[in-house]
Amino acid sequence: MPLLEVKNLSVAYGAIKALHGVDLSVEQGQILTLIGCNGAGKTTTLRAISGMVRPSAGQVLLDGKPVTGLKPHEIVRLGMSHCPEGRGIFANLTVDENLALGAFMRRDHAAVNQDRQRVFTLFPRLKERLKQNAGTLSGGEQQMLAIGRALLARPRLLLLDEPSLGLAPQLVQTIFRIITEINQQGVTILLVEQNAHMALNVAHRAVVLETGAVAMSGDAKALASSDEVKKAYLGHG
Amino acid sequence: MADFLQILVTAVAVGSLYALIALGYTMVYGILKFINFAHSDVFVLGAWTGFTASTLLISRFSISGPPPLWLGPLVLVTAMVVCGLVGFTIERLAYKPLRKAPRLNVLITAIGVSLLLQNVGQLQFPIAPDLALPFGASPKRMPELLPDAALLTMSFGDNQVVIGLVDVIIVVSAITLMLALEVLVYRTRLGAAMRAVSFNTDNAALMGIPVDRVISITFVTGAMLAAAAGFLYSMKYPGLNQPAHEVWVLLGLKAFVAAVVGGIGNVRGAVLGGFLIALIEFMGQFVWARTLDQWFSTSMAPTLRDVYVFAVLIIVLLVKPTGLLGTPIREKV
Ligand SMILES: Nc1ncnc2c1ncn2[C@@H]1O[C@H](COP(=O)(O)OP(=O)(O)OP(=O)(O)O)[C@@H](O)[C@H]1O
Ligand SMILES: [Mg+2]
Repeated sequence: MPLLEVKNLSVAYGAIKALHGVDLSVEQGQILTLIGCNGAGKTTTLRAISGMVRPSAGQVLLDGKPVTGLKPHEIVRLGMSHCPEGRGIFANLTVDENLALGAFMRRDHAAVNQDRQRVFTLFPRLKERLKQNAGTLSGGEQQMLAIGRALLARPRLLLLDEPSLGLAPQLVQTIFRIITEINQQGVTILLVEQNAHMALNVAHRAVVLETGAVAMSGDAKALASSDEVKKAYLGHG
Repeated sequence: MADFLQILVTAVAVGSLYALIALGYTMVYGILKFINFAHSDVFVLGAWTGFTASTLLISRFSISGPPPLWLGPLVLVTAMVVCGLVGFTIERLAYKPLRKAPRLNVLITAIGVSLLLQNVGQLQFPIAPDLALPFGASPKRMPELLPDAALLTMSFGDNQVVIGLVDVIIVVSAITLMLALEVLVYRTRLGAAMRAVSFNTDNAALMGIPVDRVISITFVTGAMLAAAAGFLYSMKYPGLNQPAHEVWVLLGLKAFVAAVVGGIGNVRGAVLGGFLIALIEFMGQFVWARTLDQWFSTSMAPTLRDVYVFAVLIIVLLVKPTGLLGTPIREKV
Protein backbone atom coordinates (compact mmCIF):
# COMPACT_ATOMS: atom_id res chain seq x y z
CA MET A 1 0.00 0.00 0.00
CA PRO A 2 1.44 3.44 -0.88
CA LEU A 3 2.03 5.80 2.03
CA LEU A 4 0.13 8.58 0.25
CA GLU A 5 -2.53 8.15 -2.35
CA VAL A 6 -4.36 10.94 -4.11
CA LYS A 7 -7.43 9.92 -6.09
CA ASN A 8 -9.27 12.04 -8.60
CA LEU A 9 -8.44 15.23 -6.73
CA SER A 10 -10.20 18.41 -7.90
CA VAL A 11 -9.85 21.86 -6.39
CA ALA A 12 -11.55 25.09 -7.36
CA TYR A 13 -10.84 28.61 -6.09
CA GLY A 14 -14.23 30.17 -6.64
CA ALA A 15 -14.81 29.98 -10.36
CA ILE A 16 -11.20 29.07 -11.13
CA LYS A 17 -10.68 25.31 -11.44
CA ALA A 18 -7.10 24.70 -10.39
CA LEU A 19 -7.08 20.88 -10.39
CA HIS A 20 -9.25 18.45 -12.28
CA GLY A 21 -8.96 14.83 -11.26
CA VAL A 22 -5.34 14.44 -10.22
CA ASP A 23 -4.17 10.93 -9.32
CA LEU A 24 -0.83 10.17 -7.76
CA SER A 25 0.69 7.96 -5.14
CA VAL A 26 3.91 7.99 -3.16
CA GLU A 27 5.45 4.73 -2.06
CA GLN A 28 6.89 4.39 1.43
CA GLY A 29 10.56 5.44 1.47
CA GLN A 30 10.58 7.04 -1.97
CA ILE A 31 10.89 10.54 -3.37
CA LEU A 32 8.16 11.55 -5.79
CA THR A 33 8.66 14.81 -7.60
CA LEU A 34 5.82 16.86 -8.97
CA ILE A 35 6.93 19.15 -11.78
CA GLY A 36 5.11 21.51 -14.09
CA CYS A 37 4.95 25.08 -15.35
CA ASN A 38 3.83 28.08 -13.34
CA GLY A 39 0.20 27.80 -12.48
CA ALA A 40 0.03 24.09 -13.28
CA GLY A 41 -1.43 23.39 -9.86
CA LYS A 42 1.53 21.96 -7.94
CA THR A 43 1.11 24.14 -4.87
CA THR A 44 -2.62 23.57 -4.94
CA THR A 45 -2.04 19.80 -4.93
CA LEU A 46 0.13 20.06 -1.82
CA ARG A 47 -2.33 22.40 -0.14
CA ALA A 48 -5.17 19.98 -0.74
CA ILE A 49 -3.13 17.07 0.58
CA SER A 50 -2.24 18.86 3.82
CA GLY A 51 -5.79 20.11 4.36
CA MET A 52 -5.18 23.81 3.69
CA VAL A 53 -7.76 23.87 0.91
CA ARG A 54 -10.82 21.70 0.71
CA PRO A 55 -11.04 19.71 -2.52
CA SER A 56 -14.27 19.89 -4.49
CA ALA A 57 -13.93 16.21 -5.33
CA GLY A 58 -11.59 13.32 -4.78
CA GLN A 59 -9.76 11.75 -1.89
CA VAL A 60 -6.46 11.88 -0.09
CA LEU A 61 -5.42 8.69 1.70
CA LEU A 62 -2.59 8.43 4.20
CA ASP A 63 -1.75 4.79 5.05
CA GLY A 64 -4.90 3.91 3.15
CA LYS A 65 -7.06 6.00 5.48
CA PRO A 66 -8.87 9.07 4.14
CA VAL A 67 -7.69 12.37 5.59
CA THR A 68 -9.84 14.56 3.36
CA GLY A 69 -11.84 16.96 5.50
CA LEU A 70 -9.46 16.88 8.45
CA LYS A 71 -7.99 20.17 9.62
CA PRO A 72 -4.32 20.85 8.75
CA HIS A 73 -3.22 20.56 12.38
CA GLU A 74 -4.91 17.17 12.66
CA ILE A 75 -3.15 15.93 9.55
CA VAL A 76 0.24 17.02 10.92
CA ARG A 77 -0.39 14.76 13.88
CA LEU A 78 -0.78 11.79 11.54
CA GLY A 79 2.81 12.20 10.40
CA MET A 80 2.64 14.54 7.43
CA SER A 81 4.65 17.74 7.42
CA HIS A 82 4.16 20.43 4.79
CA CYS A 83 6.91 22.92 4.11
CA PRO A 84 4.89 25.52 2.20
CA GLU A 85 5.69 27.67 -0.81
CA GLY A 86 7.49 30.81 0.35
CA ARG A 87 8.85 28.85 3.35
CA GLY A 88 6.25 29.90 5.89
CA ILE A 89 8.77 31.23 8.38
CA PHE A 90 7.42 33.18 11.34
CA ALA A 91 9.56 36.28 10.91
CA ASN A 92 8.50 37.75 14.26
CA LEU A 93 9.74 34.70 16.17
CA THR A 94 13.32 33.66 16.82
CA VAL A 95 14.94 30.77 14.98
CA ASP A 96 14.75 28.79 18.18
CA GLU A 97 11.02 29.48 18.57
CA ASN A 98 10.38 28.55 14.93
CA LEU A 99 12.11 25.23 15.49
CA ALA A 100 10.19 24.65 18.71
CA LEU A 101 6.91 25.20 16.87
CA GLY A 102 7.94 22.49 14.42
CA ALA A 103 7.70 20.08 17.34
CA PHE A 104 4.59 21.80 18.73
CA MET A 105 2.45 18.70 19.15
CA ARG A 106 5.20 16.39 20.37
CA ARG A 107 5.54 15.42 24.02
CA ASP A 108 8.60 13.15 23.69
CA HIS A 109 11.04 15.87 24.74
CA ALA A 110 14.13 13.68 24.75
CA ALA A 111 13.47 12.58 21.18
CA VAL A 112 12.74 16.17 20.12
CA ASN A 113 16.14 17.12 21.46
CA GLN A 114 17.79 14.36 19.45
CA ASP A 115 15.97 15.55 16.34
CA ARG A 116 17.16 19.08 16.99
CA GLN A 117 20.73 17.82 17.07
CA ARG A 118 20.08 16.02 13.78
CA VAL A 119 18.77 19.23 12.26
CA PHE A 120 21.86 21.09 13.48
CA THR A 121 24.06 18.44 11.84
CA LEU A 122 22.21 19.01 8.58
CA PHE A 123 22.20 22.80 8.94
CA PRO A 124 25.00 23.96 11.25
CA ARG A 125 24.18 27.55 10.34
CA LEU A 126 20.90 27.38 12.24
CA LYS A 127 22.66 26.60 15.47
CA GLU A 128 24.61 29.85 15.25
CA ARG A 129 21.44 31.84 14.69
CA LEU A 130 19.14 30.46 17.38
CA LYS A 131 18.38 33.70 19.21
CA GLN A 132 18.02 35.78 16.06
CA ASN A 133 14.66 36.81 14.68
CA ALA A 134 13.87 34.46 11.81
CA GLY A 135 12.92 37.43 9.62
CA THR A 136 16.53 38.56 9.63
CA LEU A 137 17.84 35.30 8.13
CA SER A 138 18.93 35.25 4.51
CA GLY A 139 16.63 33.54 2.03
CA GLY A 140 18.78 30.41 2.00
CA GLU A 141 18.95 30.29 5.78
CA GLN A 142 15.18 30.67 5.92
CA GLN A 143 14.85 27.69 3.62
CA MET A 144 17.10 25.66 5.91
CA LEU A 145 14.99 26.73 8.86
CA ALA A 146 11.80 25.75 7.05
CA ILE A 147 13.09 22.29 6.24
CA GLY A 148 14.64 21.81 9.65
CA ARG A 149 11.43 22.90 11.34
CA ALA A 150 9.37 20.51 9.24
CA LEU A 151 11.71 17.68 10.23
CA LEU A 152 11.14 18.42 13.91
CA ALA A 153 7.58 17.19 13.52
CA ARG A 154 9.31 13.85 12.82
CA PRO A 155 7.20 13.32 9.72
CA ARG A 156 6.86 10.06 7.85
CA LEU A 157 5.83 12.07 4.82
CA LEU A 158 7.41 15.43 4.00
CA LEU A 159 5.84 17.77 1.44
CA LEU A 160 8.34 20.28 0.07
CA ASP A 161 7.17 23.16 -2.13
CA GLU A 162 10.02 24.54 -4.24
CA PRO A 163 12.78 24.28 -1.65
CA SER A 164 15.39 25.55 -4.16
CA LEU A 165 13.49 28.69 -5.14
CA GLY A 166 15.68 31.78 -5.13
CA LEU A 167 18.81 30.05 -3.89
CA ALA A 168 22.32 30.38 -5.32
CA PRO A 169 23.36 27.38 -7.45
CA GLN A 170 25.73 26.08 -4.81
CA LEU A 171 23.06 26.19 -2.14
CA VAL A 172 20.65 24.45 -4.50
CA GLN A 173 23.12 21.56 -4.70
CA THR A 174 23.32 21.48 -0.91
CA ILE A 175 19.55 21.51 -0.47
CA PHE A 176 19.11 18.62 -2.89
CA ARG A 177 21.89 16.68 -1.18
CA ILE A 178 20.09 17.18 2.12
CA ILE A 179 16.77 16.11 0.61
CA THR A 180 18.42 12.84 -0.42
CA GLU A 181 19.94 12.49 3.04
CA ILE A 182 16.59 13.02 4.74
CA ASN A 183 15.04 10.45 2.43
CA GLN A 184 17.78 7.94 3.24
CA GLN A 185 16.98 8.39 6.92
CA GLY A 186 13.55 6.95 6.09
CA VAL A 187 11.37 9.97 5.34
CA THR A 188 9.09 9.68 2.31
CA ILE A 189 9.12 12.88 0.27
CA LEU A 190 6.75 14.60 -2.12
CA LEU A 191 8.86 17.25 -3.82
CA VAL A 192 7.44 20.09 -5.90
CA GLU A 193 10.10 21.76 -8.04
CA GLN A 194 10.69 24.19 -10.86
CA ASN A 195 14.22 22.90 -11.14
CA ALA A 196 13.12 19.78 -13.02
CA HIS A 197 16.67 18.76 -13.79
CA MET A 198 17.74 18.44 -10.16
CA ALA A 199 14.39 17.11 -9.03
CA LEU A 200 14.33 14.28 -11.57
CA ASN A 201 17.87 13.51 -10.57
CA VAL A 202 17.11 12.85 -6.89
CA ALA A 203 13.57 11.44 -7.25
CA HIS A 204 12.51 7.85 -7.70
CA ARG A 205 9.32 8.66 -9.49
CA ALA A 206 7.88 11.77 -11.11
CA VAL A 207 4.56 13.25 -12.07
CA VAL A 208 4.21 16.03 -14.62
CA LEU A 209 1.29 18.38 -14.06
CA GLU A 210 -0.16 20.50 -16.85
CA THR A 211 -3.04 22.91 -16.28
CA GLY A 212 -4.39 21.04 -13.33
CA ALA A 213 -4.14 17.50 -14.65
CA VAL A 214 -1.50 14.78 -14.78
CA ALA A 215 0.21 14.84 -18.18
CA MET A 216 2.84 12.16 -17.58
CA SER A 217 4.06 10.02 -14.76
CA GLY A 218 6.52 7.26 -14.20
CA ASP A 219 10.09 6.46 -13.27
CA ALA A 220 12.07 9.67 -12.75
CA LYS A 221 15.10 8.59 -14.79
CA ALA A 222 12.88 7.39 -17.64
CA LEU A 223 10.96 10.66 -17.69
CA ALA A 224 14.17 12.66 -17.60
CA SER A 225 15.26 11.01 -20.82
CA SER A 226 11.89 11.27 -22.57
CA ASP A 227 11.76 13.78 -25.39
CA GLU A 228 8.66 15.64 -24.22
CA VAL A 229 10.08 16.27 -20.78
CA LYS A 230 13.47 17.24 -22.15
CA LYS A 231 11.86 19.74 -24.45
CA ALA A 232 9.32 21.26 -22.07
CA TYR A 233 11.05 21.12 -18.71
CA LEU A 234 14.76 20.54 -19.13
CA GLY A 235 15.28 23.27 -21.67
CA HIS A 236 16.98 21.20 -24.36
CA GLY A 237 16.26 18.26 -26.66
CA MET B 1 4.36 70.78 43.03
CA ALA B 2 2.03 68.88 45.30
CA ASP B 3 -0.79 69.17 42.76
CA PHE B 4 1.51 67.94 40.09
CA LEU B 5 2.57 64.84 42.04
CA GLN B 6 -0.99 64.12 43.04
CA ILE B 7 -2.04 64.13 39.42
CA LEU B 8 0.90 61.96 38.51
CA VAL B 9 -0.29 59.35 41.02
CA THR B 10 -3.74 59.32 39.47
CA ALA B 11 -2.31 59.20 35.95
CA VAL B 12 -0.21 56.16 36.76
CA ALA B 13 -3.15 54.35 38.34
CA VAL B 14 -5.53 55.13 35.49
CA GLY B 15 -2.77 54.48 32.95
CA SER B 16 -2.28 50.98 34.23
CA LEU B 17 -6.01 50.38 33.69
CA TYR B 18 -5.90 51.78 30.15
CA ALA B 19 -2.98 49.47 29.54
CA LEU B 20 -4.92 46.43 30.75
CA ILE B 21 -7.82 47.22 28.42
CA ALA B 22 -5.54 48.14 25.53
CA LEU B 23 -3.93 44.70 25.81
CA GLY B 24 -7.21 43.04 24.90
CA TYR B 25 -7.71 45.26 21.84
CA THR B 26 -4.20 44.66 20.69
CA MET B 27 -4.14 40.91 21.22
CA VAL B 28 -7.34 40.36 19.29
CA TYR B 29 -6.20 42.68 16.54
CA GLY B 30 -2.85 40.92 16.40
CA ILE B 31 -4.46 37.57 15.83
CA LEU B 32 -7.63 38.35 13.86
CA LYS B 33 -6.79 41.75 12.35
CA PHE B 34 -9.98 43.45 13.40
CA ILE B 35 -10.97 45.86 16.15
CA ASN B 36 -13.14 44.15 18.68
CA PHE B 37 -15.49 47.00 19.46
CA ALA B 38 -17.25 44.89 22.05
CA HIS B 39 -14.08 44.85 24.14
CA SER B 40 -14.90 48.01 26.07
CA ASP B 41 -18.26 46.50 26.99
CA VAL B 42 -16.48 43.52 28.47
CA PHE B 43 -14.59 46.02 30.61
CA VAL B 44 -17.94 47.49 31.75
CA LEU B 45 -19.19 43.98 32.40
CA GLY B 46 -16.15 43.45 34.61
CA ALA B 47 -17.01 46.49 36.70
CA TRP B 48 -20.67 45.52 37.05
CA THR B 49 -19.91 41.88 37.76
CA GLY B 50 -17.59 43.14 40.47
CA PHE B 51 -20.42 45.22 41.89
CA THR B 52 -22.94 42.37 41.75
CA ALA B 53 -20.53 39.82 43.21
CA SER B 54 -19.43 42.02 46.09
CA THR B 55 -22.99 43.09 46.93
CA LEU B 56 -24.10 39.45 46.94
CA LEU B 57 -21.14 38.27 49.00
CA ILE B 58 -21.52 41.06 51.52
CA SER B 59 -25.18 40.24 52.10
CA ARG B 60 -24.62 36.45 51.95
CA PHE B 61 -21.97 36.57 54.69
CA SER B 62 -23.74 39.39 56.51
CA ILE B 63 -20.62 41.48 56.43
CA SER B 64 -20.94 44.81 58.11
CA GLY B 65 -18.18 47.30 58.58
CA PRO B 66 -14.90 46.88 56.74
CA PRO B 67 -15.00 43.77 54.54
CA PRO B 68 -12.47 40.97 55.09
CA LEU B 69 -9.28 40.94 53.02
CA TRP B 70 -10.24 37.92 50.93
CA LEU B 71 -13.29 39.64 49.48
CA GLY B 72 -11.47 41.86 46.99
CA PRO B 73 -9.39 39.09 45.38
CA LEU B 74 -12.41 36.78 45.29
CA VAL B 75 -14.51 39.39 43.50
CA LEU B 76 -11.63 40.09 41.12
CA VAL B 77 -11.38 36.42 40.20
CA THR B 78 -15.15 36.15 39.83
CA ALA B 79 -15.26 39.11 37.46
CA MET B 80 -12.40 37.68 35.43
CA VAL B 81 -14.02 34.26 35.17
CA VAL B 82 -17.42 35.64 34.20
CA CYS B 83 -15.93 37.92 31.55
CA GLY B 84 -13.67 35.14 30.31
CA LEU B 85 -16.74 32.98 29.72
CA VAL B 86 -18.58 35.83 28.03
CA GLY B 87 -15.53 36.50 25.84
CA PHE B 88 -15.39 32.82 24.91
CA THR B 89 -19.08 32.82 23.97
CA ILE B 90 -18.83 36.01 21.93
CA GLU B 91 -15.93 34.63 19.93
CA ARG B 92 -17.63 31.29 19.33
CA LEU B 93 -21.03 32.62 18.35
CA ALA B 94 -20.28 35.95 16.70
CA TYR B 95 -16.75 35.93 15.28
CA LYS B 96 -15.78 32.33 14.57
CA PRO B 97 -18.44 31.84 11.86
CA LEU B 98 -16.93 34.88 10.12
CA ARG B 99 -13.35 33.60 10.02
CA LYS B 100 -13.30 33.69 6.23
CA ALA B 101 -15.60 36.71 5.77
CA PRO B 102 -14.30 40.17 4.81
CA ARG B 103 -12.95 42.21 7.74
CA LEU B 104 -15.73 44.75 7.36
CA ASN B 105 -18.38 42.14 8.16
CA VAL B 106 -16.55 41.23 11.33
CA LEU B 107 -16.19 44.87 12.29
CA ILE B 108 -19.91 45.48 11.91
CA THR B 109 -20.63 42.33 13.88
CA ALA B 110 -18.39 43.65 16.65
CA ILE B 111 -20.42 46.86 16.79
CA GLY B 112 -23.55 44.72 16.98
CA VAL B 113 -22.15 42.67 19.83
CA SER B 114 -21.21 45.89 21.60
CA LEU B 115 -24.76 47.24 21.34
CA LEU B 116 -26.15 43.91 22.46
CA LEU B 117 -24.00 43.88 25.59
CA GLN B 118 -24.86 47.48 26.41
CA ASN B 119 -28.56 46.84 26.17
CA VAL B 120 -28.69 43.40 27.75
CA GLY B 121 -26.71 44.94 30.60
CA GLN B 122 -29.59 47.32 31.29
CA LEU B 123 -32.21 44.62 31.69
CA GLN B 124 -33.33 44.11 35.25
CA PHE B 125 -34.66 40.91 36.69
CA PRO B 126 -34.72 41.39 40.46
CA ILE B 127 -32.74 38.76 42.34
CA ALA B 128 -32.37 40.37 45.71
CA PRO B 129 -33.47 43.58 47.35
CA ASP B 130 -31.83 46.40 45.43
CA LEU B 131 -30.08 43.97 43.08
CA ALA B 132 -31.08 43.04 39.57
CA LEU B 133 -29.65 40.81 36.91
CA PRO B 134 -28.04 41.74 34.71
CA PHE B 135 -27.48 45.22 36.04
CA GLY B 136 -30.36 47.57 35.44
CA ALA B 137 -30.48 51.04 34.02
CA SER B 138 -29.69 53.18 37.03
CA PRO B 139 -26.29 54.07 38.48
CA LYS B 140 -25.10 52.17 41.54
CA ARG B 141 -22.38 52.58 44.08
CA MET B 142 -19.66 49.99 44.41
CA PRO B 143 -19.43 48.76 48.03
CA GLU B 144 -16.22 49.71 49.71
CA LEU B 145 -13.91 46.71 49.67
CA LEU B 146 -10.86 48.62 50.80
CA PRO B 147 -10.40 50.99 53.71
CA ASP B 148 -10.06 54.49 52.32
CA ALA B 149 -6.55 54.71 53.66
CA ALA B 150 -3.56 56.72 52.58
CA LEU B 151 -0.51 54.55 52.22
CA LEU B 152 1.86 57.44 52.00
CA THR B 153 1.37 61.12 52.65
CA MET B 154 3.96 63.64 51.61
CA SER B 155 3.80 67.25 52.64
CA PHE B 156 4.92 70.19 50.57
CA GLY B 157 4.39 73.19 52.73
CA ASP B 158 0.66 73.52 53.09
CA ASN B 159 -0.10 70.96 50.42
CA GLN B 160 -0.14 67.21 50.69
CA VAL B 161 0.31 64.43 48.23
CA VAL B 162 -1.61 61.30 49.13
CA ILE B 163 -0.84 57.91 47.68
CA GLY B 164 -3.95 55.95 48.48
CA LEU B 165 -4.13 52.25 49.19
CA VAL B 166 -6.47 51.89 46.24
CA ASP B 167 -3.94 53.45 43.84
CA VAL B 168 -1.23 51.10 44.99
CA ILE B 169 -3.50 48.09 44.74
CA ILE B 170 -4.56 49.06 41.24
CA VAL B 171 -1.02 49.57 40.00
CA VAL B 172 0.33 46.45 41.67
CA SER B 173 -2.51 44.22 40.40
CA ALA B 174 -2.31 45.65 36.91
CA ILE B 175 1.44 45.26 36.67
CA THR B 176 1.24 41.73 38.04
CA LEU B 177 -1.27 40.84 35.33
CA MET B 178 0.86 42.48 32.64
CA LEU B 179 3.93 40.57 33.76
CA ALA B 180 1.93 37.35 33.74
CA LEU B 181 0.82 38.14 30.19
CA GLU B 182 4.38 38.96 29.17
CA VAL B 183 5.50 35.56 30.46
CA LEU B 184 2.60 33.84 28.72
CA VAL B 185 3.20 35.51 25.36
CA TYR B 186 7.00 35.53 25.26
CA ARG B 187 8.06 32.63 27.42
CA THR B 188 5.64 29.77 26.81
CA ARG B 189 4.82 27.35 24.02
CA LEU B 190 1.25 28.64 23.94
CA GLY B 191 2.56 32.21 23.63
CA ALA B 192 4.80 31.25 20.72
CA ALA B 193 1.77 29.61 19.11
CA MET B 194 -0.23 32.83 19.63
CA ARG B 195 2.47 34.89 17.95
CA ALA B 196 2.71 32.36 15.12
CA VAL B 197 -1.06 32.46 14.53
CA SER B 198 -0.91 36.24 14.58
CA PHE B 199 1.84 36.23 11.95
CA ASN B 200 0.27 33.70 9.61
CA THR B 201 -2.71 31.55 10.47
CA ASP B 202 -2.32 29.04 7.64
CA ASN B 203 1.31 28.37 8.35
CA ALA B 204 0.63 28.10 12.06
CA ALA B 205 -1.85 25.32 11.35
CA LEU B 206 0.88 23.49 9.41
CA MET B 207 2.89 23.35 12.63
CA GLY B 208 0.13 21.33 14.22
CA ILE B 209 -1.17 24.34 16.17
CA PRO B 210 -4.94 24.12 16.78
CA VAL B 211 -5.59 27.61 15.48
CA ASP B 212 -9.20 27.94 16.62
CA ARG B 213 -8.30 27.02 20.16
CA VAL B 214 -5.43 29.49 20.24
CA ILE B 215 -7.75 32.24 19.00
CA SER B 216 -10.27 31.34 21.69
CA ILE B 217 -7.64 31.47 24.39
CA THR B 218 -6.46 34.85 23.15
CA PHE B 219 -9.98 36.22 23.32
CA VAL B 220 -10.58 34.86 26.79
CA THR B 221 -7.28 36.27 28.02
CA GLY B 222 -8.13 39.72 26.68
CA ALA B 223 -11.59 39.60 28.24
CA MET B 224 -10.15 38.61 31.61
CA LEU B 225 -7.71 41.50 31.58
CA ALA B 226 -10.54 43.89 30.72
CA ALA B 227 -12.60 42.45 33.56
CA ALA B 228 -9.77 43.06 35.99
CA ALA B 229 -9.46 46.62 34.72
CA GLY B 230 -13.21 47.17 35.10
CA PHE B 231 -13.24 45.92 38.66
CA LEU B 232 -10.15 47.87 39.68
CA TYR B 233 -11.60 50.98 38.08
CA SER B 234 -14.77 50.66 40.12
CA MET B 235 -12.71 50.48 43.30
CA LYS B 236 -11.16 53.84 42.53
CA TYR B 237 -14.30 55.42 41.06
CA PRO B 238 -17.14 53.67 42.89
CA GLY B 239 -19.98 55.50 41.18
CA LEU B 240 -21.01 52.98 38.52
CA ASN B 241 -22.85 54.37 35.53
CA GLN B 242 -25.39 52.23 33.72
CA PRO B 243 -23.78 49.90 31.19
CA ALA B 244 -24.43 52.00 28.09
CA HIS B 245 -23.32 55.30 29.61
CA GLU B 246 -21.04 57.51 27.53
CA VAL B 247 -18.45 57.63 30.29
CA TRP B 248 -17.78 53.94 29.66
CA VAL B 249 -17.67 54.47 25.93
CA LEU B 250 -15.09 57.20 26.33
CA LEU B 251 -12.93 55.09 28.63
CA GLY B 252 -12.99 52.23 26.15
CA LEU B 253 -12.15 54.62 23.36
CA LYS B 254 -9.14 55.98 25.21
CA ALA B 255 -7.87 52.49 25.86
CA PHE B 256 -8.29 51.81 22.16
CA VAL B 257 -6.33 54.97 21.36
CA ALA B 258 -3.66 53.70 23.76
CA ALA B 259 -3.43 50.46 21.78
CA VAL B 260 -3.15 52.32 18.48
CA VAL B 261 -0.62 54.83 19.78
CA GLY B 262 1.52 52.02 21.20
CA GLY B 263 1.28 50.11 17.92
CA ILE B 264 -1.76 47.93 17.51
CA GLY B 265 -0.90 44.25 17.59
CA ASN B 266 2.08 44.89 19.84
CA VAL B 267 1.67 43.76 23.45
CA ARG B 268 4.40 45.95 24.90
CA GLY B 269 3.12 48.85 22.84
CA ALA B 270 -0.29 48.58 24.48
CA VAL B 271 1.27 48.93 27.92
CA LEU B 272 3.37 51.89 26.84
CA GLY B 273 0.35 53.47 25.14
CA GLY B 274 -1.82 53.01 28.23
CA PHE B 275 0.52 54.88 30.53
CA LEU B 276 1.32 57.49 27.92
CA ILE B 277 -2.30 58.31 27.17
CA ALA B 278 -3.17 58.68 30.84
CA LEU B 279 -0.15 60.89 31.46
CA ILE B 280 -1.04 63.11 28.56
CA GLU B 281 -4.67 63.23 29.55
CA PHE B 282 -4.04 64.22 33.14
CA MET B 283 -0.91 66.29 32.62
CA GLY B 284 -2.50 68.08 29.70
CA GLN B 285 -5.38 68.98 31.91
CA PHE B 286 -3.03 70.11 34.64
CA VAL B 287 -0.41 72.06 32.76
CA TRP B 288 -1.78 73.11 29.43
CA ALA B 289 -5.36 73.72 30.38
CA ARG B 290 -4.36 76.15 33.12
CA THR B 291 -2.36 78.12 30.67
CA LEU B 292 -5.29 78.17 28.29
CA ASP B 293 -7.61 79.31 30.99
CA GLN B 294 -5.24 82.10 31.95
CA TRP B 295 -4.85 83.24 28.38
CA PHE B 296 -8.48 83.27 27.56
CA SER B 297 -9.73 83.73 31.12
CA THR B 298 -12.16 80.87 30.76
CA SER B 299 -12.56 77.73 32.79
CA MET B 300 -12.86 75.15 30.12
CA ALA B 301 -9.84 73.12 31.22
CA PRO B 302 -11.60 70.03 32.55
CA THR B 303 -13.71 69.56 29.46
CA LEU B 304 -10.67 69.59 27.23
CA ARG B 305 -8.85 66.56 28.60
CA ASP B 306 -10.18 64.20 25.97
CA VAL B 307 -8.96 66.55 23.28
CA TYR B 308 -5.33 65.97 24.28
CA VAL B 309 -5.75 62.23 23.95
CA PHE B 310 -7.10 62.40 20.45
CA ALA B 311 -4.63 65.08 19.46
CA VAL B 312 -1.85 62.70 20.46
CA LEU B 313 -3.50 59.97 18.43
CA ILE B 314 -3.52 62.18 15.35
CA ILE B 315 0.07 63.29 15.83
CA VAL B 316 1.34 59.75 16.34
CA LEU B 317 -0.57 58.49 13.32
CA LEU B 318 0.88 61.29 11.19
CA VAL B 319 4.45 60.78 12.33
CA LYS B 320 4.50 57.01 12.74
CA PRO B 321 1.37 55.39 11.32
CA THR B 322 2.21 51.98 12.79
CA GLY B 323 2.23 53.39 16.33
CA LEU B 324 5.23 53.82 18.61
CA LEU B 325 6.30 50.18 18.84
CA GLY B 326 4.50 48.86 15.79
CA THR B 327 6.49 47.53 12.88
CA PRO B 328 5.20 47.30 9.34
CA ILE B 329 4.90 43.67 8.32
CA ARG B 330 7.59 42.50 5.96
CA GLU B 331 7.72 39.06 4.51
CA LYS B 332 10.78 37.85 2.71
CA VAL B 333 9.99 35.81 -0.37
N1 LIG C 1 -6.02 31.59 -3.68
C1 LIG C 1 -6.26 31.48 -5.01
N2 LIG C 1 -7.33 32.09 -5.55
C2 LIG C 1 -7.59 32.00 -6.88
N3 LIG C 1 -6.84 31.30 -7.72
C3 LIG C 1 -5.77 30.67 -7.25
C4 LIG C 1 -5.41 30.72 -5.87
N4 LIG C 1 -4.29 30.01 -5.68
C5 LIG C 1 -3.96 29.53 -6.90
N5 LIG C 1 -4.83 29.91 -7.83
C6 LIG C 1 -4.80 29.56 -9.26
O1 LIG C 1 -4.75 28.16 -9.38
C7 LIG C 1 -3.84 27.77 -10.38
C8 LIG C 1 -2.79 26.83 -9.81
O2 LIG C 1 -1.99 27.56 -8.91
P1 LIG C 1 -0.79 26.90 -8.09
O3 LIG C 1 -0.32 27.88 -7.11
O4 LIG C 1 -1.23 25.59 -7.59
O5 LIG C 1 0.29 26.70 -9.24
P2 LIG C 1 1.79 26.18 -9.13
O6 LIG C 1 1.89 25.00 -10.05
O7 LIG C 1 2.19 25.98 -7.75
O8 LIG C 1 2.58 27.40 -9.78
P3 LIG C 1 4.04 27.97 -9.43
O9 LIG C 1 5.02 27.08 -10.06
O10 LIG C 1 4.04 29.31 -10.08
O11 LIG C 1 4.15 28.03 -7.97
C9 LIG C 1 -3.25 29.05 -10.95
O12 LIG C 1 -3.94 29.33 -12.16
C10 LIG C 1 -3.55 30.09 -9.92
O13 LIG C 1 -3.78 31.33 -10.50
MG1 LIG D 1 3.56 26.88 -6.53
